[in-house]
Parts: sequence; structure tokens; C-alpha cells
Amino acid sequence: KACTPNYSPGRGWPCFNTDPMLKRDGFEDILEERRNSSDLKYALRCYAPVLYKGVTPCKANMLKNIVLQSDQLHYVINQVSQESGEAPDIIQEEASVILEEMAHRLQISTVRFFAFALSKAFKTLFQHVCVNEEGIQRLQQAIQEHPVVLLPSHRSYMDFLLMSYILYTYDLALPVIAAGMDFMGMKFVGEMLRMSGAFFIRRSFGGDKLYWAVFSEYVKTMLRNGFAPIEFFLEGTRSRTCKSLTPKLGLLNIVIEPFFKGEVFDVNLVPVSISYERILEESLYARELLGVPKPKESTSGLLKARRILSEDYGSIHVYFGQPVSVRSLAQGKVNRSTYNLFPRHIPRKPMEETQSFVNDTAYRIVRLQEDNMVLKPWVLMASLLLQNLEGLELSVLTEQTVWLRGLALSYAAFLDWPDHAPTAKVVSSSLALHRGLACVSGGRVSLVVGEPLGPVTPEEALFNRAVSVLSCASYRNQVLHVFLRPAMLAVAMHTAASSKKNEVYNCFSFLWDMFSNDFILCPGDIVQDFEEACYLLVKTGAVQMPQQDIVMTDIGQPTLSFFNGLLEPFLQGYQVVCRYLCEEASEGLTEKQYIPAVRSFAYSVLCVFTGNLRCYEVLSSDMQKNALAALLRGKLPTQKALLARL
Amino acid sequence: MGRSSVRVLAAATITMTLTSTVCFPRQEIMKWNGWGYSDSKFLFNKKGQAEFTGKRYSILGMVLPSLQDWFENTFGASVNHKSPATPALNASAVPPASLNEAFVEDLKATGIPFSHEAEDRVFRAHGHCLHEIFALREGKKFERVPDMVVWPNCHNDVVKIVELACKHNVCLIPYGGGTSVTSALECPPEETRCIVSLDTSQMNRILWIDEKNLVAHVEAGIIGQDLERLLNESGYCTGHEPDSMEFSSLGGWVATRASGMKKNVYGNIEDLVIHIKVVTPRGVIEKSCQGPRMSTGPDIHHFILGSEGTLGVVTEVTMKIRPIPEYQKYGSVVFPNFEAGVACLREVAKQRCAPASIRLMDNEQFQFGHALKPQVSSIFTNFVEGLKKFYITKFKGFDPHQLVVATLLFEGDRERVLQHEKQVYDIAATFGGLAAGEDNGQRGYILTFVIAYLRDLGMDYYVVAESFETSVPWDRVLDLCRNVKERINRECKERGVQFQPLTSCRVTQTYDAGACVYFYFAFNYRGLADPVHTYERVEHAAREEILANGGSLSHHHGVGKLRKEWMKESISSLGVGMLQSVKDYVDPDNIFGNRNLL
Repeated sequence: KACTPNYSPGRGWPCFNTDPMLKRDGFEDILEERRNSSDLKYALRCYAPVLYKGVTPCKANMLKNIVLQSDQLHYVINQVSQESGEAPDIIQEEASVILEEMAHRLQISTVRFFAFALSKAFKTLFQHVCVNEEGIQRLQQAIQEHPVVLLPSHRSYMDFLLMSYILYTYDLALPVIAAGMDFMGMKFVGEMLRMSGAFFIRRSFGGDKLYWAVFSEYVKTMLRNGFAPIEFFLEGTRSRTCKSLTPKLGLLNIVIEPFFKGEVFDVNLVPVSISYERILEESLYARELLGVPKPKESTSGLLKARRILSEDYGSIHVYFGQPVSVRSLAQGKVNRSTYNLFPRHIPRKPMEETQSFVNDTAYRIVRLQEDNMVLKPWVLMASLLLQNLEGLELSVLTEQTVWLRGLALSYAAFLDWPDHAPTAKVVSSSLALHRGLACVSGGRVSLVVGEPLGPVTPEEALFNRAVSVLSCASYRNQVLHVFLRPAMLAVAMHTAASSKKNEVYNCFSFLWDMFSNDFILCPGDIVQDFEEACYLLVKTGAVQMPQQDIVMTDIGQPTLSFFNGLLEPFLQGYQVVCRYLCEEASEGLTEKQYIPAVRSFAYSVLCVFTGNLRCYEVLSSDMQKNALAALLRGKLPTQKALLARL
Repeated sequence: MGRSSVRVLAAATITMTLTSTVCFPRQEIMKWNGWGYSDSKFLFNKKGQAEFTGKRYSILGMVLPSLQDWFENTFGASVNHKSPATPALNASAVPPASLNEAFVEDLKATGIPFSHEAEDRVFRAHGHCLHEIFALREGKKFERVPDMVVWPNCHNDVVKIVELACKHNVCLIPYGGGTSVTSALECPPEETRCIVSLDTSQMNRILWIDEKNLVAHVEAGIIGQDLERLLNESGYCTGHEPDSMEFSSLGGWVATRASGMKKNVYGNIEDLVIHIKVVTPRGVIEKSCQGPRMSTGPDIHHFILGSEGTLGVVTEVTMKIRPIPEYQKYGSVVFPNFEAGVACLREVAKQRCAPASIRLMDNEQFQFGHALKPQVSSIFTNFVEGLKKFYITKFKGFDPHQLVVATLLFEGDRERVLQHEKQVYDIAATFGGLAAGEDNGQRGYILTFVIAYLRDLGMDYYVVAESFETSVPWDRVLDLCRNVKERINRECKERGVQFQPLTSCRVTQTYDAGACVYFYFAFNYRGLADPVHTYERVEHAAREEILANGGSLSHHHGVGKLRKEWMKESISSLGVGMLQSVKDYVDPDNIFGNRNLL
């Protein structure tokens, strides 16, 4: 099969005992059959999924009635009515309107339409759509036994259509999907999505008790009765950087609560990792991060995007992870009997114990998503190219890619490296697929920078350069979760005043804390992460730890310097933000003003220092926000001092 | 309809003790390693059909043709695979009595009968927990049994025994009917003192009946069915009918906070007692009057009720009596599913119109009950049965694997009963319930009396079984039942139980704010190295699940030693401290050293 990833250690690398827990399933290409048989037949075939404990499916209208008649909602309606002086009937009517705006209207005919249309589109866009069938089997089992929550990673608009498409293909129950209201801007498409199982929630409804009550009761009703798997994106939004985003807890809290309250025996969380070889929104994201406003979702915009249909986007890998039982996770962490003394239909802020459990669970799930993300050779190449912005010889790139492959594999990366293909071929086909990002000329590989016609201001030149760097970075970012911990240790070793383990740890913990918005670092895992980093670096021979020291070995130089280079853009970026805050920022700076201000500061810094400062990534609003959050969390002067040392 | 089931069932009683003066061998008419009377047991006859032996129960001698199929299909067991019990007690498995000679000397002087025969001691060394009966059947060596048994004849005898026990530092364990299912009668293995089992069976007289105030003063060793029978002779009853009433004693009810089937009319034991007399190491606890309610600080009766033999011996109880009801009628209602049944019981409780007893059996128990139907004698009955079944499943569309049945017992004067019956059936109808006749109702109650005999049958064929109970608020009943069953199934699977276990529950009592839920749990243990251990782990998990779902530690079985570990969680460590300080004051030397509860 074309898409079976290869996890044998690379040549020249010692063979390590691979963790048996990390054994991953093989993939099947679901497009293969689509290419050989009728799409129409496929769209019209018999679809009879097995449901949770054999429940009969619930019509959308019946579901709405259950929600509107629930004790939970009645309680809040009366409460709101008492607070506002409005009659309960009126509030009830409001609730009904909210529900109408929110609820899905899943229709099999629409699903069939999508099954047909997407088959056509996928075949043009992608070479393969690969799914781990064992994961599908596990999911099927899980759906019958317990309410299931599907938690896919979110990199593209495509994600949720793709998910439903796959579940339809395998005759599994179609999920209902929490989608942002922005889709509703597209009148027709919004309704189509609604009929394919999406329900819509407002982006923010902070203090709106009634909205929250309708929303949470709607989701819980579906979950408790097991009418359909619930799907939502833990990251809340599409990650524009291809790094996983800090998970949002609202919906996770809602789907876990019925377990704590004993309303269901268990809830199964299924992490799903969707990896795109090329992301459809690639350059859009880079521009968006650089402050070019995100195009509003509109039907006409979507039609314009037809242009993308003519391009090759490589393959997609969808990995359905092992279902995670909330019951087993909560064992010994949350005492469910603390829910015994309060009526279950009265909404209540989760207890501290529960909150930290949900937070922890969210992080673990995102890490599981990361673990099963399939990485392509290009991801490694992008990491190397970003450390050589001036370009590098094709032969050097090839050689270093092979080296990096070995390193990645020994750190258990889920690498899809074509079997039996010569390395040169792998590198050249990767370059071909990503010709919009990198090019080969005169035996040298370098990033492609868009050259607009006519005269160019230094800012414009910088912007164009930044677009290509950020686009490329979105690929490097995909491998960061594999290297993050050892890389932080490498930086810590580089920075620490001595090789004493203690001092290195202090540096490591500073970095860990500082980067905890940028990367997925589970709260409280700092010591564990440090030990893991030490273990991995020792395992690959880059570091040894005699007594209380951590020192580089004779052969450790390439690894450590690669790791230092890997995090350098982040360190430099944070430094620039720190400088801005110390030198330029005025009192009373609002968050709204902050992004444009720090952006123009960064532009000016980069204009002056082109050449030796390579931190184009500081122009990314994502990094700016994360750096600010990190600095706000800590004490600015100490951090400035430490950052200066880095 | 005649008198309630028990009198119909048990023709003979065990009140033989009054005539016996030397020793009091209950074990002569009762099984030493199983439930109930020696002459009453289930067995599969040579044709493989189930029979019940003996003449005591109304199903006596009857053939139960469907039981074998049900048994084999439910448990994956076979009547060809027997796991017989050891036939007789092996005296060498019983540790020798370690007697406190000085105590024995002083006791002899009082003339109170006692014994240190192995059989007497073993008989009083256990209750009816699965592990206790299983060990007896297997002929396992006993770690610790009482060193001697004493039979006081009256309150003053008890006072003397307790005084001597204090004087000689002897450990006393009160023994009533021996029907405990909480390991409460087990001797603490770490106890080094001489352990004396204080058997109250000889204190079984009704001392007086006060018809003006409708109370009776009774010695606490009296067995439930004797108490009812004797009161009936004077036209009265207590109406307190726990499922164990054939064998359990009044003192035991007080010590465990027992609950009776007909509590809706008569109340639970705490509602029935007017006065309690208790002998403790510090002296006798009594009140000064029989006022029906008092505001004199916390009710000291509530230190005694549920004290599980840790504070002293209940010797005499004054309790409420009622004239025997004029009329009694059983009934039953079939519901399409358990949810509908629970909703109906909740409504009945809300309207406060519960009959003397109302119980809702789940589908598994309904089918179990059906498996106990006797051989149908005429073609006509057969035809009627078939018609009924057709009406319910085909015409009304009830799924035979979903439907549940509520059993009812009404009591009172005839007119009222009929009126009451209509009210309840009307409520049931609004929840889709169909009246299903008196027979089904009565069979439901028979099941409770023979269930313990059936456990013995199961144990003959590699099936272990146990029951446990809880009380839970109304809104959590369904969730608790579902989750506990699922937890049991899951735990069994994880622990290598080969065949899916039987998990069944019934809502067995209703209250204003909640219900009592009773679970049966049984599985085929073939292939398991240590079935009792497996069973205990599963029961432990089930209890954790109950607590996590808002259920109580116990509704009426008590805590004993089996559930001690959850006491702190259940009543807070401060609560445990309060109980402990009472224990420390009343019994500073831990004479009543059964180590229950705390």
C-alpha cells in the first residue's frame, strides 16, 4: 500500500527499543475504491449504521422538544425570568429561537449529496485519503458501547466534511458537529452544513445564561441518549500555524459532566489526527498571521476557491486514535460523589478538582492528536530550510534530511517515508509538490519569495519574505511536538551557566513555562518533560549525564545545534516582543492596540537588522499573542534578563 | 385472599427451644452450611427438572419445569456439572476453644446454660454472606470462631453475663437469628480474648400486650414469624416483615435498623419501637416513660438502632402493634420498560398512596420469577396463560425482553383496599401499566423467601450469588441501576468471568424523597481460581459505583465489617468520631468486640 508509513530506524542510527504502546495501525486509501467504482452508486448505497446500544435514531424535531422540556432548561428559564422580570413564556420562546438557530437538521439526502460531490473533489485534489481501518473498527465498537465524542485536530475547513465523509464511507453513525457561527454567513452553504449534521454556536456568549443553558443541554441530550457521536474541535479554531493550539475547555466540560453526574456510564473520547500533506489554506494562513484580514466566509468566496481544484495537494492521513475512557481517566482523580448533594439539573460551576481534570484531559487528548499526526519528508526538509534561509546545496539538504529522518524516527515520529524509494527521489518529489514554497536553481535549494510587479518598498519586500517563511514554518511546526522537549533541553544546556543538572533544569523550566502558550505542554508535567528530554538525548547519544551533570558528547554537536536552531525563531521572536514592551510600549496599552504596534515595531527592527536577525516569525500575530501572554504571566524584568542571556 | 405469604409458606416454626433445656441445637432443623430449614431445598431431579423438597412452603413438592432452562441459559451452567458441598462439618477444621476458666467457673455458678461444642460454635461464627457460606460448603479451615456459646433466658441473665464478661475481660458477640449479610457475626481474627457468643434465642416471650396503647413488650430474642404468630393469636400484628422474618430476631432488627416489606403502612423498625432496654458494660440503658415522641435531646434510641452489637445486648423491646387487617390483596402491573415502572412508583410515592408493599422488578427478575412457575395442571390454565402472554406482547406491543412487573400488596378493610387498588391501577395506567393479576403479584413475594434457597442450588452447580441494597433519591434511581449493572458486567469481564453474570434489580421500597433498590448478582464461576475473591472484588466495585451515583452505603442490611471502609466517606470523619466517643464511653474495654461499624 502506498501509504503505509515506515518506522524502521534510519541507516546509521542505532536501533532503539521502540515503545510497544506506540505501535500504530496501517492505513487504507479510501480514494482507491472511489477511483474504480461509481460515485453515484456510492452516494446512493444502503447506509445503516449501528447506534449506541441499538437506540432508534432521534428526529431533529424530537430532539429539540426534549431539550425545550428539560428540567435543566426550565430551571434557567425561570431564573432568567425572575432576574429580568420578563414572563417565562417569553424566555421560553427566546430559548426556542436560540435552539432553532443552533440545531442541526441532519438529512441523509444532503449527506448523500456531499458523499457524491466530495468524492469528485477529493479525487481531483488529493492523491490519497488514508484512514487507519483498525481505528475505524475500534470506533465502531465504542459507538455501540458508550456515547462517543470525536475530537479531530483542526487545520482546515475541510476537516469536518472529511470526517463525516469517512464515517459515511465506513457505515458509521454520522456525527453532529459543533461549528462556529461564522459559517452561517454563507446562507446556502450554512444550511447545507446544517443538514449534514453541523450545529452552530456563537463565538462568544460569555454571560448569556440562557444561551449557555440551551447549548449545553442540547449537547448533553444528544450525548446522554447516544443519538449520535458528538464532534468538536478541542483547539476551538483552525490552527493557522499547524502547531496544535491550547485546548478550549467549554465543550469538553459539557460532554464530560454527564459522566460525573452518573447520567451515563462512561464517555469515550476519540482523538483523531488529520494530517494534510499540503494544506489548502497554506498561504491564506500566512497572510492572515501577518495581519491581512481573514476573508469573510461567503459562498462566492468559496466558489472563487475553485481555483484550488486545479492543484495537487498530495495526500491526507486520518488516524482514529484509541478511544479514551473518561471513566478510567477520572479514576482516583475526581470523586463523583461530590455531585451527590446538589440537584443535578441546576447549573453549577465545575469544582476545582473537576476543572483541573478537564484541563488535564484536554491537554492529553491534544497530545494524542499530535502523536498520531503523520509527517511527510517535506516537514523535515522545511525544518532544515528554515535554518538555512540563504539556501543550501541540494546534496546537503538531501544528506541532512536523511540524518534528520533517523533522529525523528528514534524519537518515535510517525513518519510517512516512501518505502523502497531512493532518497533523492523522495526529496525531489517533495520539492515538486511544494514548488510554491521552495525551488532548486543551480543545485541550490531556497525558499520562493513572491515577487510582485513594479517597485517594492522595503516593507513590502519584508512582507513577501515573511509570507514564504511563515508558510514554510507551518510545515516545520508539524514536527515540533516530536523535538520540542529535547530541543528545550538543548537550549537550556546552551544557556545555563554551568552543566550542573540543577541549573540546566532551571533554564529548562523557564523555557517550559515561557513556551507553554506556544506549545502543548501539559500543566504540571514539567519534571516529566525534563526527564523525557534527558532520556531522549541520552538515548540518541547526543548527551551524557555523569553524576549531577548534563554534558554534550563528542557526537552530540549536530543534534544539539539543530535543536538550538529549531527554537531560535521563537527565542528571537520573544526577545523582540520583550524589547518592544520595555522600550516602546506606553502605559495603558490595550490589547487591541498591541498587535499592530508590536507588528510595526518588529518591521522596523527587521528592516534595520536584515541579515543577522532572522526572526520573520515575530511578525506572526500568533507568536505576538503567545509572547505577550507568557510575559504577562511572569515577571517582566527577570524574563528580560533571562531572555537577554539566551 | 388469605393471610400474607409467610404464614402460608412456613407451616412449622423453629420455636422448639422452649421445650429444650440442656442445649439448643438449632442446627438440628436448620442447615449448617446453607439457608433455612434442613428439609427444604431445591434440587434438580433425575429428569433434570427442578423440585423443592419438604412440606414447609406452598410450592412444596412441586415441579418447576422452566427453572432448568432458565438456569442453564442464564448462567451457561449445566445440571451435569456439579460442585457439591462437603457433607458434614469437619471438627478438626475448627480451632479448639480457648476458654477463660475463671469466667467459665463464675458462669457455671449462675446456672446459665452454655456450650463449647464445635458445632454450636461454628453455627454462630457466621452470617449468610457468600464468602461465609462458600467456606462452609468447601470445608475450609476456620480462622476464628466463638470459644463458647451462652443461652441467657431473660434480661437478668444477660446482665449477669455482661458483668462477668467485664470482670474477666471476655469478648461478647450477641447472636440473634444469624441472618446477617455484612460479616457482622464473623469473629475478628485478631481477637485474643475468649470470645463468647451470646445467643438470645431463649429470650423469646411476649411479656405483655397493652391494648389501650396498642403496644407489646417483647423479649428481643424472639424470631419474626413467632412474634407475628403469637400476636395473631390475640388478634394483633406488628406488620414488620423483613424478607428474613422466618429466621431473624427482634433484637437483630433493632441492632441493624431493619426495614419491613410493609413499612408503608407500619413503618420501619425505628418507627415501630417505643422503648428499648439494652444491657451495656456500663449498665442498662432505659428511658423513664413510653411517651410516643419526646424532645429530650438527641434520641438515645438512635445510638442503639444500628449499633450492630457494638454497644451491648438489646434484651427487651416495647413496640407498636396493630389489629390484624381485615382484608389483604395481592396485585401486579406490567410496564413496557423499567423507566415507565420507575416513573409510576415515583408518582405513587408523590401522591402518598403506596400500598402496604409496592415493588418493581426489572426484566431479568421478571423472567426469573417466570422460571419459578409451577407445572401447569390443566390445559385450560395453559391456554389462559398463553392468551395473557399474547395480549401483552403482541396486542399491547410489549417487548418480552424489556417489560417489567410491579408487585403490590394492599391491606386494610375491604372497601378501602378496593378503592386504594383502583387509585394505584389508575396511576399505573397513565404510565402504560397493565394490571397483570394477583398470581403474578404473589409469586413476586414468594421469590423473596425462596431466593436464598435458590442460592444454595446455584452453589451446587458452580454458580455464586449475592444480593445487596441501597437507597437513592428518585431522580437518580434509573442512572444508578444502569450504572451499577454495567459496572458489574464490566468488572466480571475484566476479572475473567467466562459467562455474562446475572445482574438484576428491583425498586423495593418507596419513600417521599427516594427509593430503596435491591440488587441480585450471580455468575458461573467455572474456570476461576478463587471465585469468592472475584466475587468480593466485583461487589466492592459495585458498592463504589453505588456511592458515586448518589446511593447510600446501606438501606437496611447495615455495615458490619463488610462495608466499614466506607463509613468515613459516608458520615464524615467527624461523624465517625461522634459514634466512636459513644462507644468509648459505653464500652471502654471493648467487651462487645465484634468490631462492626467503626
